[in-house]
Amino acid sequence: MSSSAGNKQKPLLEIRGLCVSADELEILKGVDLTVNAGEVHAIMGPNGSGKSTLVSVLAGKPDYTVTAGEVLYQGQDLLSLEPEIRARMGVFLAFQYPLELPGVRAWQFLKAAVDALRQHRGEEDMSARDFDRMLREKVKLVEIDPDLVKRAVNEGFSGGEKKRNEILQMAMLEPKLALLDETDSGLDIDALRIVSEGVNRLKTPSNATVLVTHYQRILEYITPDYVHVLLDGRIVQSGGASLATELESKGYEWLREAVEATS
Amino acid sequence: MASSVTPAKVISRTSNDLDTEYKWGFTIDIESDVIPKGLSEDVVRLISSKKGEPEWMLEWRLKAYRHWIKQDSREPKWANIKHPPIDYQDIIYYSDPRSKKDGPKSLDEVDPEVLEAFEKLGIPLAERERLAGVAVDAVLDSVSVATTYQDMLEKQGIIFCPISEAIKTHPELVKKYLGSVVPYADNFYAGLNAAVFSDGSFAYIPPGVRCPIELMTYFRINQADSGQFERTLIIADKGSYVSYLEGCTAPARKNNQLHAAVVELIALDDAEIKYSTLQNWFPGDKDGNGGVYNFVTKRGICKGRNSKISWTQVETGSAITWKYPSVILKGDNSVGEFYSVALVNNYQQADTGTKMIHQGKNTKSTIVAKGISAGKGNSTYRGLVKINAGADNAKNFTQCDSLLIGDQCGAHTVPYIEVKNPSAQVEHEASTSKVSDDQLFYCQQRGISVEDAHYMIINGFCRDIFQELPFEFAMEAGQLLKVSLEGAVG
Repeated sequence: MSSSAGNKQKPLLEIRGLCVSADELEILKGVDLTVNAGEVHAIMGPNGSGKSTLVSVLAGKPDYTVTAGEVLYQGQDLLSLEPEIRARMGVFLAFQYPLELPGVRAWQFLKAAVDALRQHRGEEDMSARDFDRMLREKVKLVEIDPDLVKRAVNEGFSGGEKKRNEILQMAMLEPKLALLDETDSGLDIDALRIVSEGVNRLKTPSNATVLVTHYQRILEYITPDYVHVLLDGRIVQSGGASLATELESKGYEWLREAVEATS
Repeated sequence: MASSVTPAKVISRTSNDLDTEYKWGFTIDIESDVIPKGLSEDVVRLISSKKGEPEWMLEWRLKAYRHWIKQDSREPKWANIKHPPIDYQDIIYYSDPRSKKDGPKSLDEVDPEVLEAFEKLGIPLAERERLAGVAVDAVLDSVSVATTYQDMLEKQGIIFCPISEAIKTHPELVKKYLGSVVPYADNFYAGLNAAVFSDGSFAYIPPGVRCPIELMTYFRINQADSGQFERTLIIADKGSYVSYLEGCTAPARKNNQLHAAVVELIALDDAEIKYSTLQNWFPGDKDGNGGVYNFVTKRGICKGRNSKISWTQVETGSAITWKYPSVILKGDNSVGEFYSVALVNNYQQADTGTKMIHQGKNTKSTIVAKGISAGKGNSTYRGLVKINAGADNAKNFTQCDSLLIGDQCGAHTVPYIEVKNPSAQVEHEASTSKVSDDQLFYCQQRGISVEDAHYMIINGFCRDIFQELPFEFAMEAGQLLKVSLEGAVG
């Protein structure tokens, strides 16, 4: 399913017929999706429909087996690349459940990540001073407690702090393709606003965002260019921002019924 | 029995050497004064005479030897380690790498190859390149080859010299304190050490003096088939402070080499001793061949009121480590600390921990032990916290954490707690964890390689310990972990 008709530029991401299974269970059953630079895509769907699997596979999480299909990122075969190479090429996944790294200071982790990306581009490591300046600026941008970066990565962070920390990392790494995996879940209304504003501020004409959610709530803050509904491993419906509102009032059942009626 | 003079070539490998990744595994071709293998009363006398020791020192050695020989083959069996029996007659007990009989008077007289070797180890001894802010006593095989910054320290009344020298120049201090914390009858290896110890460091900090630089001893085994039995004695007089560092490496030999050291620390009223170790003896190759048996007795006594002794150790080397740096908290309000990282990879074994013996009132001890096991390595924390009847309001906090890498290694924790005073507060926390695939993926997703992610997570695990180390040492410790884990991660 293409959402880029008329765009002459090469798409940032092209997913064609992607089938994925985990532990013998087929989760994605032929997903097609094209994402261009400058676009925001929302992928919605009920629990268990395969939303998180889709973004995890794009990021290279090892627990999955791709059984068919292909993914091109900037025209390159994404699935053949190690997860760290994908990250260095600008693919960023904001985790639904960010991991704790006891004893690893958040700023150290960020410095290692920033430098890994720079090295990949053939640049020198960032100087301590430049890094410090950039970190301070981004900390302000995502309205995070500056003390958090001195603490161990996500250790003892509240749910909201963990999610904000993900957005801080995204701000520091300036990805081309940001994948947000239920970044809105577990956030109170203030945190949701802050996270959403962070995402909006980081939006440029040269990057793209794919956000996965099962609530329409976050879409009041982040306006998607396209909304896709994922149901039982397939994208069954795509539309504009209004589709999300429709889903909010009607639920997913009418779509399921419609799909079953046509198949 | 001097070996033939071999010219030039400082760095070499011989057929006795193993081919390993251990970058400190080179040997030095130097002329050494080596005595034949084996141990007897005559050998003890020979060592003492080679050192030109006074009669009282020889007497003490002989007493130790006679006690030790009675308990031959009564090595401690309780540790969680395995090794073939050690033939104590198949060891060289004395190897002196100095070509001149009386030892070098100045650095100009030190064999340039020895200097070059220490330089390669990152321990420059030459005046112009010395480690800033660190006075170094360099011990090669059985003798101290050079001690830096001695003059500067002397001006403050600080004595820092080879123990063989202190026996002659400060006999009153040595007589009073040698064996006072670790008597020769303490255990099998301590007895052996008392009989045959050849050198080591001696430090005395006079009352009220804060030692302005770090004191360091760098131990290096070079001679094949030799044991190393150094003895270190540090006395911090009333109200003084000293930070002491210890580093060690050895060539990569096929045969196991025995290292049985003794370290004694004495802190008088209001004195503080901080003792840091980076132990990097040759660990053996990846199949478990060779490596140093590191059977060491380290103990300090907080003799005076308000005194403090702090042990920090990073143990990455040795085929087997058997070591329990301990503190006797005798003075009221005294403080004992033990911070440890022990890493085992391949076939390495470590049984290490501490004893905190609370005797005085209001004494406090802290134990933080981190064990990292990789490959087929086996790591055991063994500790004793003992609160004696007179130790009112004693407090202890113990934390033991184990991190496992892979599925063929082992981690064990054996804590003993003995409390004879009802006012004691003793806390023990323990955890065991693995580096999870999800943590690794999280790091990878931020562009960090699997290998770097491992080091980052392991360094994070050790952070509490590393921050106890002096800065340069902490950097080196991180590097050491990285090198020691090569092949185990990534």
